[in-house]
Amino acid sequence: MNFDLTEERQMLQDGLRRYLRDTVSPELLARATESEAGHSGALWAGLAEMGVIGALFPEEVGGFGGAGFDLALVFEEMGRAGAFEPLLETGVLAGGLIAEMGDDAQKALIEEIIAGAVQIAFAHAEPGSRYDLERVATSAEPGPEGYVLNGRKAVVAAAPSAQHFVVSARTGGAMADEDGISLFLVSAGVAGLSLRAYPVNGGGRAAEMTLENVALPRDALLGARGAAFPAIERAAARATAAVSAEALGLMEAIRALTTSYLRTRQQFGRPIGKFQALQHRMADMLIEIEQARSAVINLAGHLDAERTERERHVSATKNLIGRVARLVVEESIQMHGGIGMTQEYALAHLAKRLTMVDHRFGDADYHLERFIRLSAA
Amino acid sequence: MDLNYTDEQKAFRAEVRSFLEENLPRRLSDKVAGGKRLTKADHEEWHAILNARGWLAANWPAEYGGTGWDAVRRHIFEEETTRAHAPRIVPFGINMLGPVLQKFGSQEQKAHYLPRILNGDDWWCQGYSEPGAGSDLASVKTSAVRDGDAYIVNGQKTWTTLGQHANMIFCLVRTSKEGKPQEGISFLLIDMESPGVEVRPIVLLDGEAEVNEVWFSDVRVPAENLVGEESKGWTYAKYLLTHERTNIAGVGFATAGLATLKRIARLEQSGGRPLIENPFFAARIAQVEIDLMAMATTNLRVIAKTASGQAPGAESSMLKVKGTVIRQQINALTRQAVGPYAMPFVSEALEEGGNAGPVGPDYAMPATQSYFNNRKLSIYGGSNEVQRQIISKAILEL
Ligand SMILES: Cc1cc2nc3c(=O)[nH]c(=O)nc-3n(C[C@H](O)[C@H](O)[C@H](O)COP(=O)(O)OP(=O)(O)OC[C@H]3O[C@@H](n4cnc5c(N)ncnc54)[C@H](O)[C@@H]3O)c2cc1C
Repeated sequence: MNFDLTEERQMLQDGLRRYLRDTVSPELLARATESEAGHSGALWAGLAEMGVIGALFPEEVGGFGGAGFDLALVFEEMGRAGAFEPLLETGVLAGGLIAEMGDDAQKALIEEIIAGAVQIAFAHAEPGSRYDLERVATSAEPGPEGYVLNGRKAVVAAAPSAQHFVVSARTGGAMADEDGISLFLVSAGVAGLSLRAYPVNGGGRAAEMTLENVALPRDALLGARGAAFPAIERAAARATAAVSAEALGLMEAIRALTTSYLRTRQQFGRPIGKFQALQHRMADMLIEIEQARSAVINLAGHLDAERTERERHVSATKNLIGRVARLVVEESIQMHGGIGMTQEYALAHLAKRLTMVDHRFGDADYHLERFIRLSAA
Repeated sequence: MDLNYTDEQKAFRAEVRSFLEENLPRRLSDKVAGGKRLTKADHEEWHAILNARGWLAANWPAEYGGTGWDAVRRHIFEEETTRAHAPRIVPFGINMLGPVLQKFGSQEQKAHYLPRILNGDDWWCQGYSEPGAGSDLASVKTSAVRDGDAYIVNGQKTWTTLGQHANMIFCLVRTSKEGKPQEGISFLLIDMESPGVEVRPIVLLDGEAEVNEVWFSDVRVPAENLVGEESKGWTYAKYLLTHERTNIAGVGFATAGLATLKRIARLEQSGGRPLIENPFFAARIAQVEIDLMAMATTNLRVIAKTASGQAPGAESSMLKVKGTVIRQQINALTRQAVGPYAMPFVSEALEEGGNAGPVGPDYAMPATQSYFNNRKLSIYGGSNEVQRQIISKAILEL
């Protein structure tokens, strides 16, 4: 048993933490959300240069990491800084799917991803699918040269800045079947694909996607036809590990901010951190955040386990993260008083971002129910 | 023990209900129900409608143009108006300043200000909190120095709700540094159009500029604007807070919020079925509904005790804590219910007749915003920690 980081990972963590501390400011984040791209070009380039994107991919495809603990490390630091870049979408979801399923031509994109030259979003969830990965209504019918896609994709994160999309669509099976789902690599400029872009709570941008008779060549298909579900589930597991680690970083940042506020804010002639009522709640928060850290480690360490074992950990971790996130958000705002409610103060951004973690890849209750189901199996 | 309303109270409820059906503009109730932004004019419109019926000042005695209702009638009125999604009554003039002037104001102040509150001539805001004086309100620093027939006011107030709409502010100011901090505080009425008053908006984490900083530099305030006696302001301030905390349980708001939550949970799909049929989510709703049912009775028990029109004492702290926690739980469940559509933030979609439509269902963004915005419920009006402190001292005598 060893919970220390390897030397390389330690170096990456130190370097990334320093870089983000020096680079990320509230102004940079606000500008990023307001920009059309929804992220900061400079930060993206900086991350690529540091090798952060490469750390999300295994050596076989030109990266130098790709293990659960690499994801955890990178995303915890992003969370700690309150930063958002299309790392999850490009590096873990779309990039991960291409790395796993792509043919050689498609895999050539990975090199560009790692270099920071291209961004790809994953258009999977739909207006009615909520958090169910198998619920795909978008259709891919046979067309003259390959396929014709029709459907709608919901809250496609980081869509506005993407040059390509990995889009899921049904080539067979019924609405909620695992079988029959295919993936396609689609260029953002293709005819019939339109986006309605908008900012999201907690920073960054997303879009609603409409696919109207989008004609694709045969070689747009990613992996085997109708058999994409297992890969989607694995990608979602890795993404869940990543957002959970990001949540952990956000929690740590919020805890540091709150602790230092309790030390400095004076009421009734003393720092409010001297009131036992608040001390006990800070102590509880600390205990819960340590639980969150362990939960992230549990999942990061089981991403390569067999399916049921892995998915039990996905649900266990996401449930716990959801619960602790809510506690940390609500308690930290409360203990700050009025200042905790203001947009301008650093807590607001972190708290909103942390809250939104529960709205991606399934909320605490969704995973509680799923954990029970998987445990009974 | 009799849990039923009297016939006369039931008739009153029916009267309120039919009044609302006829007089509450659909445009306003749609905005409230849909979580849209209310403008100053919207509030004024609703106040004027209530005032025309003589129902604006539910908590004032009839001699001042109020309804003279007892606590039970006020409660029924509150239940019916929130159920109908009427805009809330802006509390600063009606619920806060009014009772203070009636009890401690001069004849001239009462004759001048009370009708103006009812007629909507003045929009008041509350200048209690300062950057250094929140829970520890007695440490206010904004100073008022007597200069002939005026006070010269310097300092800063903060968190001033809807101060951007207000032309008048009632303030706690320091007129003396002698003795205990509570002893040198005075209660002063300040015209915000006076030279030296500056209002700066504060945007809250839901993106809305709901509160403000109000700065005073050498503002001349006529001495006749002092309420009661100089340096007795703390007594008046506390009297006001007890009135601020009446109806603090917010049972009406919680009931309306629960109805909205259920409506959304019926519309949202989870696993191909309405979310409300998901046993996990149904259990969460049931739990908070059960709490609310008991809370409604706790509220009525306190109301019954104070049916004579008096403000409740330390019991109101109980209502504040439990009432706000229940409302916040409903907000959290509503946010949870909207799923991934909690994420889009399209500010323009809250504007009446705006160009940008909502992303996803129209109830989604207001659900997220209310969740963030209502974190305030447990912070203002005496934070829940301060209320617990009051309960442990005044009720438990610990
Ligand atoms: C949206 C909003 C609207 C508001 N509107 C108005 C308004 O219109 N007019 C106005 O005057 N004010 C207004 N307020 C201010 C509000 O009354 C104060 O925020 C409140 O009194 C708390 O003060 P504070 O923010 O300075 O927090 P602090 O007093 O600094 O408290 C910070 C934390 O410490 C806790 N704490 C403080 N003392 C103790 C103690 N002894 N024991 C245990 N815990 C303690 C508090 O509960 C809180 O959790 C508003 C506030 C908000 C958020």
